[in-house]
Amino acid sequence: MTPDINFGFGLSKSSRINLDNADNEKFRELAAREPDILKCMACGSCAASCSAGNFTELNLRKIILMLTRGAEKETVRQLESCMFCGKCILVCPRGINTRHLIKSIREIYCRPCAEPETGNGI
Amino acid sequence: MIYEGKKRIWSEYQKEIPEDNYFYVRSCIRQNFFPASEKTFLDIVRNRLGKDFFETQHHTTCGGIAYHSDAIPQETVMTIIARQFALMTEAGYKNYACSCITSFGLYTETMETWKLFPELEAKIREILWKTCHKEFRIPENLAHASDIIYKFRNMIAEKAAYRLVNVKTGKPLRVVEHIGCHYAKMFPSRGVGGAEYPYVLAGMIESWGGEVIDYPERRHCCGFGFRQYLVKANRGYSLSNTHKKFESMAPFKPDMIITNCPGCPYFMDRWQYVISELEGKTYGENGYGIPVFTYEEVAGLVLGYDPWDLGLQMHQVAVEPLLDKMGIKYDPAKKYLGENGKYIGKPQMPRFIKCC
Ligand code: SF4
Ligand code: SF4
Repeated sequence: MTPDINFGFGLSKSSRINLDNADNEKFRELAAREPDILKCMACGSCAASCSAGNFTELNLRKIILMLTRGAEKETVRQLESCMFCGKCILVCPRGINTRHLIKSIREIYCRPCAEPETGNGI
Repeated sequence: MIYEGKKRIWSEYQKEIPEDNYFYVRSCIRQNFFPASEKTFLDIVRNRLGKDFFETQHHTTCGGIAYHSDAIPQETVMTIIARQFALMTEAGYKNYACSCITSFGLYTETMETWKLFPELEAKIREILWKTCHKEFRIPENLAHASDIIYKFRNMIAEKAAYRLVNVKTGKPLRVVEHIGCHYAKMFPSRGVGGAEYPYVLAGMIESWGGEVIDYPERRHCCGFGFRQYLVKANRGYSLSNTHKKFESMAPFKPDMIITNCPGCPYFMDRWQYVISELEGKTYGENGYGIPVFTYEEVAGLVLGYDPWDLGLQMHQVAVEPLLDKMGIKYDPAKKYLGENGKYIGKPQMPRFIKCC
């Protein structure tokens, strides 16, 4: 509804995710293919070392976190700017093959990749 | 969590609350928000319970709002606090009681810091001497005023004129208790019941006949958050936090909310109006909001004080539905009459949230 009064600030949608209602089917498929994703401790080293992330919204830590919560919509598109340079593999303290993980995420989550807005169709 | 488990955790966090002889300090903002709460507290402890509570006009703000807004450094706030301790020392008291949760958190933080860094305490003593020519002793006991009402809750229950019971149904009122974050989240052992299961307000509710509601966001912040509110552009954060709490508690149909912090009742009360204007949504019964009270106001109601003497006309959310449930007698015509029957003005009615 449109308020009559302009308070100069508004209500933001809660970021709370109800895991009972989240659709985790794709994540289960991803975890079966890339079990290492479950080792991620969200330290953010990958995001901090990412050259692409320096110029775009790409943030692997956030993407992994959001995928575990069944909230992929906002994040998977960020992977379009990944250059597959593999710098994040070198820094990940849990030894996750992050580049391979990114490839799998794109294969599973961008399946109808014929859609133009999903980028280069990997 | 299983109730027995909660009881065990609470028992590990029982703090010592002295019986009597307190140096009492007010909050700098509560008298504007909830003008009769502190007056009622002093009236209850002094005149109903016969305790000694000393106040001085030389007491100032603790500096908490400026400190938590990053406007002043910790040394400044510690020096202000050292001066308050000096006032207590001069008055000959050892037990310090404060009305504000922010102050309580800050006093605790300061005393803990001095324990770990005695050289900082020495520095503050030197600054205080140079600036004010004052010396101080650290209080032997620090209590929040809600600890004191908690301690005397059963004595208040014995003198009760009303109970937290719905007189029409005979059932206990369903009460949400909201504890200020700075009460025990920083130093859990300093609060009754610790940080996760603080018992300070729950104890009052149980003793006065109500039923405590457990709900998912029970320990979430009220939304005040200092900088979130002080910068207008950030107020959406504050509002959204409060919204989250109300969305979470609403399915449990609370009759009322009790709080022990200056900011919490203010924001949980006033934001209900803003949420209603923005979303057209109200959380109480029949288009009303859920009334929010300070623990002193609730103690006052239980003891039979006149609701308008407790300053309840200053609330945004109408308190009358709760007064009716408790069977409290009040004169609606006197709601906006101040001292000596002087008309204090009636606020404009909001669009959505129903008010009386
Ligand atoms: S592989 Fe992709 S995500 Fe990893 S550092 Fe390179 S650009 Fe960033
Ligand atoms: S560096 Fe590895 S553990 Fe850290 S957030 Fe990235 S993937 Fe997870």
